Formats: sequence, structure tokens, C-alpha cells
Amino acid sequence: MLSYIIQRIIRAIPQLLLISILAFIIIQLPPGDIVTRQIERLQASGVTVSEAQAQALIRQYGMDRPMYQRYLLWISNIITKFDFGYSYTFEKPVAQVILERMGYTFAIALFAHIFTWTVAIPIGIYVAVKQYSLADYIVTLITFIGLAVPAFFLAMIIMYVALTKFGIRTGGLFSQEYMVQPWSWGKFVDLLKHMWLPIILLGTGGVAGTIRTMRAMMLDELRKQYVTVARAKGLSEFKVIVRYPARLAINPILSGVMWLLPWLFSGGIILEIVLNLQTAGPALYAALRNQDMYMAGAYILITGALTAISAILSDVLLAVSDPRIRFGGVEGA
Amino acid sequence: MSADQVLAEIKNLHTYFYLAEGVVRAVDGVDLTIKAGRTLGIVGESGCGKSITALSLMQLVPPPGKIEEGEITYYQTVHKTEAASTSNVIEITKLKPNSREMRAIRGNQISMVFQEPMAAMLPVRTVGAQIMEAIMLHQQVNKAEARERAIDILARVKLPNPDRIVDTYPFQLSGGMRQRAVIAMALSCNPNLLIADEPTTALDVTTEAQILDLMRALQAEFNMAIMYITHNLGVIAEMAQEVAVMYMGKVVEQTDVVSLFRNPQHPYTQALLRSIPQLDDVMARAGKKKRLETIRGMIPDPYSILPGCSFHPRCPQFMQGVCDQLAPEVVETEPGHTVRCHLYTSRSAKTRAN
Repeated sequence: MLSYIIQRIIRAIPQLLLISILAFIIIQLPPGDIVTRQIERLQASGVTVSEAQAQALIRQYGMDRPMYQRYLLWISNIITKFDFGYSYTFEKPVAQVILERMGYTFAIALFAHIFTWTVAIPIGIYVAVKQYSLADYIVTLITFIGLAVPAFFLAMIIMYVALTKFGIRTGGLFSQEYMVQPWSWGKFVDLLKHMWLPIILLGTGGVAGTIRTMRAMMLDELRKQYVTVARAKGLSEFKVIVRYPARLAINPILSGVMWLLPWLFSGGIILEIVLNLQTAGPALYAALRNQDMYMAGAYILITGALTAISAILSDVLLAVSDPRIRFGGVEGA
Repeated sequence: MSADQVLAEIKNLHTYFYLAEGVVRAVDGVDLTIKAGRTLGIVGESGCGKSITALSLMQLVPPPGKIEEGEITYYQTVHKTEAASTSNVIEITKLKPNSREMRAIRGNQISMVFQEPMAAMLPVRTVGAQIMEAIMLHQQVNKAEARERAIDILARVKLPNPDRIVDTYPFQLSGGMRQRAVIAMALSCNPNLLIADEPTTALDVTTEAQILDLMRALQAEFNMAIMYITHNLGVIAEMAQEVAVMYMGKVVEQTDVVSLFRNPQHPYTQALLRSIPQLDDVMARAGKKKRLETIRGMIPDPYSILPGCSFHPRCPQFMQGVCDQLAPEVVETEPGHTVRCHLYTSRSAKTRAN
């Protein structure tokens, strides 16, 4: 098992290297560069920039060197000093912007996924067991609507209803009075009051899909002979379902964990903007709009790296759940 | 236990499947008696209702199937002392399929081995875990004891290194080994009746012979009855003492194994026996090509209800006006030999006299 994990990590290294090169190329693609943008900003604030100053800036940012050298500089700063460069949009180092938002992003996305799984997995199992029952038809109808309605639209409706009918402000992560205060019990409670809506809304987006996956997998597994064998042992129907077909049907959900971490970063951008959350997604959006290259590059790199890490995580989870993967065994003989 | 003690009785069993296309009468009036410690062979073509009869006995008929009529009685022996024991009569058909009482019988009193050893176990749980589950369910033992018993039962089905096999996953075993493990799982609670639904059909002949030997040895050791379902008359000859031949949801002939092979009476049984390849025939007509005999025609559409005897469209001794008009009753032609055919009813005697 340990060797499997190590092997999996080693295989991820060239992946990460490739991701970093791609991220760097992408941030170099748009016309104009960081120096011209910097000069424009200085000029806009009334400072005249001489040719010599411009040359100095170009040297300072290494723009006179070939691209591969700039790449090496960028990546070595990231690896050795955790320095992703400076964000002009937020006027802070990129690393600081990301770190500030990382906690909320992580908490919201994790709880949203837990919400998705706790709701969707039992429902998926239930409607598969009761295939073609009234409950199955109702759940199918709701999941199709759920798949079709965008989460941000639902968010707007809920926010509107909450404000006009109940007078509750649901946007943001904090109330006005706590916004700039240091952490306190009151601020924490206030955060919880604001978090439930994004958690449920972000989670709901995954519920419909997860129910469909779970139902389809269960229907496949329920027909297998081992289910009858388990019943023939005298197990109760609940234990038969949970210990046998559900045990296998859960596997695609585990491979879905692969999307958990990258989704933390960029999955719910529109919804996060609508809800005015101080999470990572809207920051990326702002960075891209302002040609804030270091910020954008850091996001692409981190999202890519998180994808690679999540892939490892989901492979390990699958290996724990399914010994056929662990032993590299082939089904049948 | 006396040799003729009845263990389970099936009376007038009807199990129907309600499909959109119509009603399939999978089991349509079956009577069977299973005696303690003996083997009852059930033989017939695919789709004749053998497996559904077995599943009915355990109340495991999958929906949309339903036991529509009939009684299944199980005589549970309760050992009060060494010498004295009483019989506990359980009406299986009166129990709800998922009731506690029914589940206490499944896997404990009556257990089942299925056709496909590759699919009988969940691939992601160890062989040991799947065996121990049944032991812990029916017997008041802790995990360590259940494991001991699982290893013990794996040794008794002659698996090498049972203490290692207990921790392996099913996909790590070969087909023959896996079927042994599945048999071990079925025997883990010392059942009085083992239903074997074509347990060797998916295996090669050498492995089949080993599994059959094993089952006979275990039958003697555990003193259990076996209901052996197969389409293979050779296996029946080797395993069974009593045989029931099924056709289209009905038992058409029932007798002891010797009479069945020496004196088959139903035209269907006779045809089945003629369609077994004979080695000495092949030797005798070396060089001359001759086709193996088959039963002409096909099993009729399962949704249809044929008037008269269900075998009449394929029967070589079909009697116009009798077989296609009236369903034949069961006739006892010799003591212990029953057959469902107009050739042996008084009606046909009249027809032939005319």
C-alpha cells in the first residue's frame, strides 16, 4: 500500500512540472506585459517614467532575459521562497492573497461536499432499491430540474426571498460590524450564520449528479449474484444493501474526490461572486480581468497542482476501498 | 435420524412472474419431498423452473416473481438431549420473506450454493469476512471464534492453507477454489439442507469431479440433505438418490435414481436420456457418422398456456385428442415412481383400445 502511494506520488512529479510550464506560458500569452502595465499605472498616477527608469523596471522583472530564464526564476521563487510574485489588483504579495482566502474556500467547499454526499448517497441507494416507485419518479424529476437550474440562479432567488420576505441579509461571509474586527466568538458565530447558505447552494449543485451516479451504479450491482447470496445467508435487507452492492457502488463517488480540491479553487466562481464571498474564486476572476499575471499564474499553477494531488488522493481512496486496485488484480481467471 | 425422515415438503407450489408481457408460470404446481440426509436431484432444461423452485424454498424469489399458491413445510429437528429430539414444523410459505423467522432459517437451516462461483462473492471483501458474517449472524460467537470456525470450514472443503485463504479476496482464487470457498460459506452454520443450483456448470470437468466428490463427502460428514439442481443427467446419476424431472414448471416424473435410468416412463425423460452422448456408441460406429439425438422443437413461449400436457407439441408419442385436450394427472405406475403422462392414465388405455 505504501509503495503504491509512493509510486503514485513519483508519477505526479512530471505532471506538476508540465503544469507549471503551461501555467507560465499562459500568463505570457496576453498582449502587453507586467512592465508596460506598471509604467501605465505610474503614468496614470501622474509620475513621468523616463526611458532609463523603464529599462530599470524591465531588468528588475527580468523581462530582458529569454523566456526559459524567466520561467526558472518564477518557479524557483515559488519553490524556495513560496513567492508567487506581487498582485497589483490587491496590492499585496500573491501568496498572501491566496492564503487569506484559502481557509474560507477550503471550509466552504469541504462542507459543501459533505453536504452533497450525506444527502445524495442515501437517496441514490434508496431510489435504486425502489426502482420505478413513486419516490423514484419524484426524485428523478427533482434531480433533472436540479441538473438544469444553475446554482447562482437559485442563489439569487433564495437571497431575494430571504431579504424581501424575512429581512435576512444572506450575502458575504460576515456581517458589517464583524468585517474588520479580529477573531472572536461572536465573529465565529456570525461566520456560521453566513456559511450555511453557500454550503447548501454549492452542495446542491452536486446532489443531483451524485444521486444519478449512485442510482445507476446500484441498479447494476443489485442484479449481481452476490446480492442473492448475501440474502441467502439470512442477512437483513438493510445489511445486504449496505454491505454488498453499496460497498461497490460507492467507487465512482470516491474517484469524484479527484475534483474536490481544484473545485475548491475555481468550481463555484459565479455563485461565489453572486453571494459576495471572500473566497479564492472571485479573486481569480478579478485577477484575470485586470491582467494581474502573477496572480493568474499562481491560480493556474495551484489549481493544476491541486488536481494532481486530488487525483492521488482519490486513487489512494479507491485502493483502500477496492483491493482489486491495490493488488493490481484482474477480475476473473 | 432415520433414513426416511422428511426434512422439507413442497406441495402444489405455484410461483408466477408478473411481467409487462404477461404472466410467466415459472413453477406451476410442483410437489417435492426432501428427506433428511439424502440427495434429491432436480433435472430439466433451462427455464423449466428448477431454480425458481429452489428460490421459493428460501423465499428469495426476485420481484416481480411471487409465490402464488402452495405450501412449503420445513421440519426443524430440535435436539433436547442426546437421545431425544422433537420436530418443529415451520410453514415457510406463511412467513414473510424478510421476517426475522425466515432469515433465521436462511443460511442456518437451509443454505444455497449458486451456479457462478465468480459472481457469488463480493470482490472487495475478504473470503473470511464473508464467511464469518454468516457465522456471527446465526451463532452467538465473537469475531475471534467466528474466524476460527471460518478457517476450520475452509479446511474441511479441502482448501490448502486455510489460515491464509481466510484473508484473501475472492478474485485471488481460481474458479475451483472459489467454488470451494462458496460451499464453505454455505456450510458454515451446519445446514440441514443444502440447495446446490448447478454448482459445477461453470467449472471444467476435472474440477467438477472434485467438487462433486467433496459435496458427497461433506454430506456424509454433516448428515445434510442436498437438493441438487442440474441439467446434466450424468451428475444426477453420480449425486442423487431421488430424482425429479421438471418440464415447463411441472414435475413430470419422479422416482429413485436407478428406476429413472433403467425404466424411464415419461417420453420427455426418455428423450433426455437418448440425447446423452454414449461413449460405446461412438466406438461401435467408428467411422460411420451419426447425429446425436435431440428433442425436436423448442420449449414453448413461457407466456403461453398450452391446453393439455405441456410437452405434447414435442412428444414423439403424442395422442391426438387426448394430450392436447386434457392436462394429465400424476399417476403412480410403480411404488415410488410417479409420472405425469396420458400414456399411463386410464383415459389413454381407452383411447388405445378403440
